[in-house]
Amino acid sequence: MPRREIISGNWAFAEAMRQINPDVVAAYPITPSTDIPMKFAEFVANGKVDTNFVTVESEHSAITACVTAAAAGARVMTASSANGVALMHEIFPIAAFFRNPIVFGLVNRSLGAPINIHCDHSDSMGERDAGWVHLYCEDAQEAYDSAILAVRLAEHKDILSPVFVCQDGFITSHSFEAVSMLDDKTVKSFVGERDADLPLLDVDNPVTYGSFAMSEYYFEIKRQQVEAHRNVLKHYDSVAREYESISGRFYPKLDKYRTDDADFIVVVMSSASGVVKDVVDELREKGVKAGCLRIRMFRPFPAAEVAEVLGKAKAVAVLDRALSIGGTAPLSAEVKSALYDAGAHVPLQSCVYGLGGRDFFPQHAMEIFADLQKGNIRAEERYIGLLE
Amino acid sequence: MKKEMNSAEMARPKKWQDVPMAGVAFGASAEAVETGQWRSIRPVWDSEKCISCLLCWNQCPDRAILTDENGKVSGIDLFFCKGCGICAHVCPKDAIEMKPEADFPSDSGSR
Repeated sequence: MPRREIISGNWAFAEAMRQINPDVVAAYPITPSTDIPMKFAEFVANGKVDTNFVTVESEHSAITACVTAAAAGARVMTASSANGVALMHEIFPIAAFFRNPIVFGLVNRSLGAPINIHCDHSDSMGERDAGWVHLYCEDAQEAYDSAILAVRLAEHKDILSPVFVCQDGFITSHSFEAVSMLDDKTVKSFVGERDADLPLLDVDNPVTYGSFAMSEYYFEIKRQQVEAHRNVLKHYDSVAREYESISGRFYPKLDKYRTDDADFIVVVMSSASGVVKDVVDELREKGVKAGCLRIRMFRPFPAAEVAEVLGKAKAVAVLDRALSIGGTAPLSAEVKSALYDAGAHVPLQSCVYGLGGRDFFPQHAMEIFADLQKGNIRAEERYIGLLE
Repeated sequence: MKKEMNSAEMARPKKWQDVPMAGVAFGASAEAVETGQWRSIRPVWDSEKCISCLLCWNQCPDRAILTDENGKVSGIDLFFCKGCGICAHVCPKDAIEMKPEADFPSDSGSR
């Protein structure tokens, strides 16, 4: 039976993992994602899943075990955060290159140093170019739903790419909220069994993974990965619609909140969009045509669709929860690039907020919208809530 | 015994779409790769001294020690031998001697 429970983002993700019942989970704990493998280990110990749960000595080993299991033909999931994600960095492009459809619960936490356990997006943004799909969730419900949806997206025959399902550390991962969950049978039939291409365990048709590819073919294999991501943009909606048919919940690549006729739009990802949407409602009551564009899919970046939403606005602010020190913050860079390609020169303010878990309040969003209305837009990045 | 390189899977792809997914190599294709091209010194086997203890067979990283139907050492497969010299090093009877490739100008060991 479908249920509705008060549950945290991490537990919601772990509950989705229980229902998916992956063949292999290899994980190493790190705050704030620890709850996911912890809760999942309980399911393993209590016989709720058939998963081969591999405990390892580091995140590097965890993702390596995931990659080899996925290449063998297994359905694989794991989770990590922050410096754990950074330690996995070497292996992420290999997973993407091997076309391993791993679904990864990435609980966003600032990358040390200084050591800090709270949320920003510096960990996942460091893996921006690894060839993984990036989905950013606003709340626990979305983290639960995305875990299940991501299995089908990752294993789609035209895609075969690993997927990060990101949620904000502590804000989403540890806050308890009402989450609707599907019954086990529905999830089981939605995800089905993995039908692996070229699995290592098919001993009648042996293949070697990890072969040497020099200047003759390296480029061509990378081009295939580019195609896989183009196919994500092509096929995502049909997978999301299929998920809607079993859950009643549809998650578009871009969450366009009152943007249709908006003059002033704030672009943001993950949990902070809730704050921005509240402020949009408040401004709308005062007659200000405000909107919020939440980017759910960051890789591949739906550039044309982003430009379509923002192209007619009078002014736009992009909120990044990560820096690119010495350059343009990652989300801002993507949005600017998308607008340039569309020939839309919309005044745009880059803002960085929330680093290391710095709070983002409604008054901050209010001030950002006020500056957009006044045309107070500068080429240089602004820092929201910084002591200055 | 050796597979041809020009099977459908191993044919040289002309377009990015034709390269095997994930850059995989199909079954037993290493048997067609001539690793012997690397060799600068070559093992020369003396059948008189050899007692077929198979230490060299066991230690060879390239499966280049040949054996006959009775499991006795019968020679060295220069198509694979990279000339590492482990066989000569482990041989208890000094039945294998490493000699410079320059000593064999008309015989590369290639097929």
